[in-house]
Amino acid sequence: MPTDKQVPPGSRVAVIGAGVAGIMAASTLKQAGVEVDLYEKEERAGGHLNRWHHLFPGREEASLVREGYLQQLREHSLSLMLSAEVKAIVREPEGPAGGRFRVTTAAGDSRDYGAVLLATGFRLFDAALKEEYGYGIYPRVLTSPELEQRLSPGGAGLDTETGPPKRVAFVHCVGSRDAKVGNRYCSRVCCITGVKQAMAVRERYPGCEVINFYMDLRMFGSGYEELYQEAQEVHGVNFIRGRVSEAAKTLGGAIQVKAEDTLLGRPLKVTVDWLVLLVGMEPSLSAELLASLALESDQAGFVASRDKFLQPGQSSADGVFLAGACGGPASLPESVNQARAAALSVITYLNRKG
Amino acid sequence: MSTKGDKWGFQPEKSNVIVLDRPVAPLYRQLRLKVPSLASCFFCGGCSATCTASEEGMNFRVVHLLLCRGEMEKVGSLIAPCLLCGKCTLVCPRNVDTRSVVFNLKLALHELQ
Repeated sequence: MPTDKQVPPGSRVAVIGAGVAGIMAASTLKQAGVEVDLYEKEERAGGHLNRWHHLFPGREEASLVREGYLQQLREHSLSLMLSAEVKAIVREPEGPAGGRFRVTTAAGDSRDYGAVLLATGFRLFDAALKEEYGYGIYPRVLTSPELEQRLSPGGAGLDTETGPPKRVAFVHCVGSRDAKVGNRYCSRVCCITGVKQAMAVRERYPGCEVINFYMDLRMFGSGYEELYQEAQEVHGVNFIRGRVSEAAKTLGGAIQVKAEDTLLGRPLKVTVDWLVLLVGMEPSLSAELLASLALESDQAGFVASRDKFLQPGQSSADGVFLAGACGGPASLPESVNQARAAALSVITYLNRKG
Repeated sequence: MSTKGDKWGFQPEKSNVIVLDRPVAPLYRQLRLKVPSLASCFFCGGCSATCTASEEGMNFRVVHLLLCRGEMEKVGSLIAPCLLCGKCTLVCPRNVDTRSVVFNLKLALHELQ
């Protein structure tokens, strides 16, 4: 096995982002004998997986799943750089060592690579931009990751001054399918997250009524529809088809929600102890990185594949690959599958080049 | 000799079935031309949830659906209470110019009268 220093830069790969996609891509590459550096801007690996307590639809404990991914890092002795935000990736003229990409971190460290795999994931929609829901103004309006934290061990729970919550409502499609905030696309995973969290609230507070306000419920994944049915049948979650138009604080500090019960065709109002906003995904790759690599993106700003049918995971730029939610909203298993596939594309690319 | 219907004091007056075999109403076709964003409506009900005149029976989502289905009879009375305040347009996630739809409907129905 060549040591780190002996590997020419042309056959090294930079994986940007140590979320699940980045970890899986890096470990797949390493197992195939490719030297990898994994860059992570946060202080720890795991990405958005760190936010969740339970995973849909099987409700596995997120910390165990996360540990499984971290185990991959250790097992393959991956070179993981934490708190290492990548500031620039510059395509260099191909030198004798074959290095083509110079990756520079915020700290100013630079290193050359033969290929780059982007696994930069997504950014959560800033719920404060939907002003009519009062997020950031009314303390009883939460986002879905905040609810997850509250319901996790050691979390604050949902008890109010008057005891356990009596009614909680979820709003689907916050920051998704919404031209008013510029996000026309569906974030895909919020529907099932809403179902999972509704069940979690009912389990923790059996006396609490739970209402999910939806426009459409998109139960596309394996086991999703079954979980939706379980939420109705076993947990008595109320699903009301109607987009919430506004939320207002009552004198008692609770939240009054206005919607239309579209199946009955009548306006509806209800007072809830907590309003949970199921926030969607937004592109997170910086405009500078997109521009410096001359990457094409889709209408929403997610990195586009060169050909989503024949070359998924290959960006419009030669030698730059992508996996996970940086290419568009994706679930965790989807991101991991994309990562393994993209790693294979990287290997093929390096072999052809070498 | 009484017939089956008037034995109970009522008769089935009109079928409740929506008939999509009818051609698209000219009024709706004109409206779609005048306000192209109407094509983006996905009937979420955000407009009707925020509507100032909802207590008076105004419901943009239902009005649009009735137009789509060629059911013109109730449209005039449903939009009558609309104040054209435009809150529905502010709320719409698909950027439908709902206020303009109602305004043009009112104009067209007025012209028809």
